[in-house]
Amino acid sequence: MIVKLRNPTREIVIDGRRRVHALLTELDLNRESHLVIRNGTLVPGDGELDADDVIEIRPVISGGFE
Amino acid sequence: MNVGSKCRTCREPAIIDLPRHNANFCAEHFLELCRRQVVKAIEKYHLLEADDKILVAVSGGKDSLAVWDLLLELGYRADGLYVGLGIGDYSDVSGQYAKRFAEERGLPLITIDLRGEYGYDIPTAARATRRVPCSACGLSKRHLFDKAALDGGYTALVTGHNLDDEAAVLLGNTMRWEVDYLARQLPKLEARNGFPKKVKPLVRLTERETAAWCVVRGIDYLVDECPMAVGNKHLEYKGTLNAMEAASPGSKAAFYLNFLERMAPLLAGHRADDQHTLRTCDSCGAPSSGEVCAFCRLVDTASAHERVPVELLTRGKR
Repeated sequence: MIVKLRNPTREIVIDGRRRVHALLTELDLNRESHLVIRNGTLVPGDGELDADDVIEIRPVISGGFE
Repeated sequence: MNVGSKCRTCREPAIIDLPRHNANFCAEHFLELCRRQVVKAIEKYHLLEADDKILVAVSGGKDSLAVWDLLLELGYRADGLYVGLGIGDYSDVSGQYAKRFAEERGLPLITIDLRGEYGYDIPTAARATRRVPCSACGLSKRHLFDKAALDGGYTALVTGHNLDDEAAVLLGNTMRWEVDYLARQLPKLEARNGFPKKVKPLVRLTERETAAWCVVRGIDYLVDECPMAVGNKHLEYKGTLNAMEAASPGSKAAFYLNFLERMAPLLAGHRADDQHTLRTCDSCGAPSSGEVCAFCRLVDTASAHERVPVELLTRGKR
């Protein structure tokens, strides 16, 4: 599957199927600070991602306080 | 296709898992949960009245657009305020998101351009005053938000601070035992002489939830982080809290919401009454502790300084 990541913006290719939480763990990403989006729709933690999916892993953390 | 988790409410396929609620939700019931949390915040902390004339400070990011959208959905009258901070492409793009949201819905959006109206931008102000950028930004926004709200006759100034924001500030203030700051860390600051009422209706929603609200509602927002915020302490605190949240879901909400419930009342006596120590700024008339307020001093210094490109301050940050 193709995985779109941010900060910096890039794409990586992952072979095979994964559940969302397994993919986040594999990429060392905290699920509390990310959303996984496929075709404009959110995918929950136990959602299965197919080998030919294109997904976005979107960080949700913003900052900028004194 | 996900065949696993079901919505806690209707048993249809879920689109989001919320470990802190130990539950999954479909789109419809996730939105309902968000609305319920915002209503609960408004009622519990007496944030808004039905007839409040609301000004929402909008950045083009998820939180401010979500809170504007939520308040309108809940039947409030709310206009937007966007401040162009002059942080290079980031500000140009963020302004486009804010304006598009307003235009698509026919909503009034007040815009202020720092460079055009006050002769400076945030990178220049940071360099000229030797403040960290977030400090120069915060000072500018606070002053301009207050002024716009009062000038426009608004009875409430709304910001998109969420549970993660408040928990991170609380952690920072607690680490340093900043008692006066802790005493003022409330979802509502009442209107007082020279200041509008300020409220934070999203304090019961995490930023993962506000981002999800935007995705489900089809709200296009600026995902990228401010280039000048990268590496700041606030983001470090959020990372720490999210590591704790992953190990023990619900920790963030317990930390902040129990602070409001149990600790904030004990700190009421520490809330400084500055009404008698504040005077008005000789230059702009805003409340000030000195002859000239911090904002006017910043404008004087920054507008006289050679323009500093944002790239000069962000190089090597990522």
